Parts: sequence; C-alpha cells; structure tokens
Amino acid sequence: MISVPIEYYLVVAAVLFVIGSIGFLLRRNLLVLLMSIELMLNAVNLTLVAYNRVHPHDHAGQIFTFFVIAIAAAEAAVGLAIVLAFYRIRKTMRSDDADLLRS
Amino acid sequence: MKIFEFAFFGLASLLVLLGGLATVAARNPIRGAMGLLTSIVGIAGLYLMLSAEFLAAIQILVYAGAIVILFLFVIMLLGPSATSPRDARTAVPRYVGAGVLGASSIGALALVASASKPGVTAIPAAPESLGTIEALGHELFTKGIVPFELSGALLLVAVIGAVAVARGKQVDPTLLPAGEGPDTASPEPGDQGAAQPGALAGHATLSAKEPH
Repeated sequence: MISVPIEYYLVVAAVLFVIGSIGFLLRRNLLVLLMSIELMLNAVNLTLVAYNRVHPHDHAGQIFTFFVIAIAAAEAAVGLAIVLAFYRIRKTMRSDDADLLRS
Repeated sequence: MKIFEFAFFGLASLLVLLGGLATVAARNPIRGAMGLLTSIVGIAGLYLMLSAEFLAAIQILVYAGAIVILFLFVIMLLGPSATSPRDARTAVPRYVGAGVLGASSIGALALVASASKPGVTAIPAAPESLGTIEALGHELFTKGIVPFELSGALLLVAVIGAVAVARGKQVDPTLLPAGEGPDTASPEPGDQGAAQPGALAGHATLSAKEPH
C-alpha cells in the first residue's frame, strides 16, 4: 500500500504533456521545440512507470521507459545536429525559416 | 510517514511542473535548459516514489548528464543567436492552436475527473524486486533482448548520423581559385545561394565563424 494515489502521478504526467505540447505549438525557437519534445517524452515515461507500479508482476512499463530514454538520447543527438546544420545555412533559429524544401 | 510521502510527492511534482513551464516560457534557451533540468530531477524523484530506482538513476545519468549537457553545448556554440528575436509573424495561428489544445485538454481532464469514482484505488505493496537493477536486467536480457540489441544499433547509427550531419562541408583552401580565401567562398554556390542571397555567404564552418 502506498499512500500517494497513483492518479496523482497520472495527473502530473498529463499536465506535463500538455505543457510540452503547448510549448511545441507556441514557440518558434528550434532549441525550445526540441526541449518541448523531451518534456513530452518525460511525461509519457512517468505514465508508463506509474502504471507499472499498479501492475507490478513484471517490468513491462519500466523496460518500455528504458527504451524511450535510449531513443530520446538518439533523437536529441540527431536533432541538435540538424539544428546546427540548419543554423549554418540560414544563420537563424526560427522554425519558420526552415523552408529550404519549398520550391 | 504518510505526510512525508505527500510532502515529497508535492515537492517533486512542483519541480516537474515549474521546470516544464520555465522550459516553455523562457526566452533565453539557457534558462529553458535549466528548466528542463529541474523537470528531469523532479521526475527522477517521482520514479523513486514509484519504486523504479534503476530508472531514477538512468534518468539522472542520461537526461541530466547527457541530453541537457548536449543542449547546453549547442546553445553555447550558437552564442547570442540561439535566442530568436521577437516578431509577430504567424503569431495568431500559433496562439489559436495552443489555445485550442489547452482548452480541450482542460476539458478532457474535467471529464475524466467527473467520470472517475470517488475514492482512489488501493495499490498493494510492490514486490521487493520491483525496479531493482537485478530484476530489470533479468527481464531486459531475457524477454527484451532483441529490442535491447536493436536499440544499441540505433544509438550507433544515431551517433554516426549526428556526426555526419553536424560536421558540415569543409572547404579545402587549396581547391579555391587564387585570391579567394575561405571568407568569400560559399560551400554550395548554387540554388540555395540564389534563393537566399547572403545566407550562404558566410563561412563554411562554425569554428571559422566570426562572433555575431
């Protein structure tokens, strides 16, 4: 028996996910967009770990979280490399200026 | 004991939410990265309460130790130009989209809260092995061995790709016409330079770039 109910964790995760997605929609700085993605991934991880606490007979949620963290690391590395390459071409950080593929 | 658990939970979730808000709202990306760090530390505290000790350690090591530091390196490499200037173009659709999402999520939360039964479900005590390195590693190397190896391959490919993308094209100074230094050389004199005059007229590498 744990004293803090599991629903509280889920509410915190949901609010964090909404904060991250609103930041992703609202901001235009590419670095802040990547950080918002990290926030959303963290919210999903918290949900997975909380449900794993409800069903503790195996570690499915925690193993899933482990892989999400690994993929988040890869995503951050490649995303920041793309941001650097974009900056080298356009000399700006605004995501609206990322229209190199527009004819 | 119960009041301590609630106090710890409140502190950790406060760190998580305030850090998230700071990440999203900060104009300076360095402050945003610090907000992300705060949020990550708070989530590690919540993992500890959910008896996921190994994941809490991994969270601190990988997120705070690697990802946030990578963000900080890139922000400091870009210098002042990491902060984009404020302008009002395309502000309306962004604010409308964010407002619609925020309103609908508040509505969804209210619906869930009104539909849920009063009284919270009692969670039984976790088995002693939940979240330890031994138990998690045992499952990871038996049931999850294929995705584990695949994620190793993914990380290798991501590292190679990040290096290949971020390195950029180096201009060999011996190949340039006489009298032209790397200052005037454009790495790709072509359609991009024509479409965006001046955008490519800088230097080929970030390291050779003059301060802004």
